[in-house]
Amino acid sequence: MIESTNLRPADRTMYDCRKAFADELATLARADERIVAVCNDSVSSSNLAAFRDEFPDRLVNVGIAEQNMVGVASGLANGGLLPFVCAAAPFLTGRALEQIKADIAYADRHVVLCGMSPGVAYGQLGPTHHSIEDLSWLRAIANLPIVVPADPTQTRAAMRWAVSTEGPSYLRIPRSPVPELFAPDTPLEPGRFVPLTDGDDVTLVAAGTLVWRAVEAASLLRIEGISARVLAAPFVEPLDEAAVIAAARETRGIVTVEEATVSGGLGAAVAGVAARYCPTRVRVLGIPGVFAPTGDVEFLLEHFGLTATGIADSARSVLADAGR
Amino acid sequence: MLTSSRPQVDHWRAFRDRVRDAGRDERANLLATASAQVRRDVLTMIERAGLGHVGGDFSVTDILVTLYAAVLSVEPAEPDWPDRDRLILSKGHSAAALYATLASCGYFPATELATFMAPLSALNGHPDRTKVPGVETNTGPLGHGLPVGVGTALAARLRGSSARTVVILGDGELQEGSNWEAAMYAAHQQLGSLTAVIDRNGLQQGARTEDTNALEPLADKWRSFGWTVAEVDGHDHAALADVFSASTPDRPTAVIAHTQKGHGVSFMTDRVEWHHRVPTGEELALARAELSR
Repeated sequence: MIESTNLRPADRTMYDCRKAFADELATLARADERIVAVCNDSVSSSNLAAFRDEFPDRLVNVGIAEQNMVGVASGLANGGLLPFVCAAAPFLTGRALEQIKADIAYADRHVVLCGMSPGVAYGQLGPTHHSIEDLSWLRAIANLPIVVPADPTQTRAAMRWAVSTEGPSYLRIPRSPVPELFAPDTPLEPGRFVPLTDGDDVTLVAAGTLVWRAVEAASLLRIEGISARVLAAPFVEPLDEAAVIAAARETRGIVTVEEATVSGGLGAAVAGVAARYCPTRVRVLGIPGVFAPTGDVEFLLEHFGLTATGIADSARSVLADAGR
Repeated sequence: MLTSSRPQVDHWRAFRDRVRDAGRDERANLLATASAQVRRDVLTMIERAGLGHVGGDFSVTDILVTLYAAVLSVEPAEPDWPDRDRLILSKGHSAAALYATLASCGYFPATELATFMAPLSALNGHPDRTKVPGVETNTGPLGHGLPVGVGTALAARLRGSSARTVVILGDGELQEGSNWEAAMYAAHQQLGSLTAVIDRNGLQQGARTEDTNALEPLADKWRSFGWTVAEVDGHDHAALADVFSASTPDRPTAVIAHTQKGHGVSFMTDRVEWHHRVPTGEELALARAELSR
């Protein structure tokens, strides 16, 4: 493992971030009586049973009705409450996209939209249940910060940030297992990547469930004498443009890594900034413009080259193109 | 963000007190006079802007005026007062009628109406709560207001407030399924403080609702969803004031207000083309004359 003040010592116990989410939501709700949870018959999949038991009046379960769910959340905010909308990411963002735009972002409501189980977390359930488009859809909406936590620590930090910041936000809460990655006091700031390793050959920019795999990819490359700079991108919007420009200047190529379609997500954002300020080679890893085949999460990540070895392969390929 | 007009707020307060103290006939006369002024303001706004939805503005005017002058507990000088009643105009294309009504209450100076849809005006063609005091949520796309209203009514109950929430829906808008998601949930939650007013003018942008995707039997639909239903002449101010003063404690209420698109101007009344036609020349003069009687 590569040393960084932001990284915990290596420990490969794997976590479902929904547990950290549920614990933190209860903690926040004890301290702030404005907080209510809003869901779409997703008490179990959003891990809200304990919240319901502790705060029975503060769980608003609208049933299977996502457009109503997001509208209701806007109304709850109008009435002075602070809703956490908890629903499977594909249906929260897809079914209620216009409600997210008009009722939450345009209306500037302090509502925390929580997309649970994003990416290909639902594996074999198929592309209807994969949330690979949410980052692209939501990046196109103004006034909507997008936070993609990479581990339980960052999940809790993202929730505290969303409560303390007026206005809307979208938190993408992982279900695919991840290790505890970040040291507990790692800062979380809008428009700031979190540096995890130093390096001047290639930069790996990763978000969410794939950050730890990018760190492992950097370890694999290090053995070969390639130094990789790893940047975690908890905020896809607003993006850390300065870090992208520095990476483009100081390393010979960038590989972006996300559990999402390559059309319009983190990679597109990074490539856009590089193209504008400091053109360099950018390889965008994700789901490449197809609906995923049948398979479990690990199979799909391997299929699309989103494992540590796949990410390392792409880094070598970028460096080869750059003339190493 | 616009700011309130103190003299107009004082005037509105005095007017509201007169309306409340008046007998039924006098109340109707006072409200009819205020509605005629709102319609004249709307006509001028649409003439200046060269754009607008005059038909739907005129069908909903009497409903808006009755609510703001005789029913709602609001404070235009303090638009974010937490215990205020909330009015949500789900049919956001009738923004002109809402703006003219809000200005008459003093939420912002009536002189601002002249900027309707002009570049950089706060008065967009569809309402934006971040710019216009008194606007509770941003509407325009149809089928959004009732879910927001349900959440607003729920919040009031959770906070122990007796504030009521009124959502004005276009009838054509009921073809959007999100309304029925919200209608189910409002009844399930027994939201007695929630009123949905359906501006039942029978026309949508392209044709009659019944020729497009029929809504009838509309009252039965709301009843079957667990709502109390009242039907009223949506241009009878006294009847509107009566119906809005009634409520059931454990059931939301749907008020089906039978209206006419373009009401108040003979050649616009119940004519589909006046959904968003702009009157010109002789039409304007005729419309003004009819609205000044």
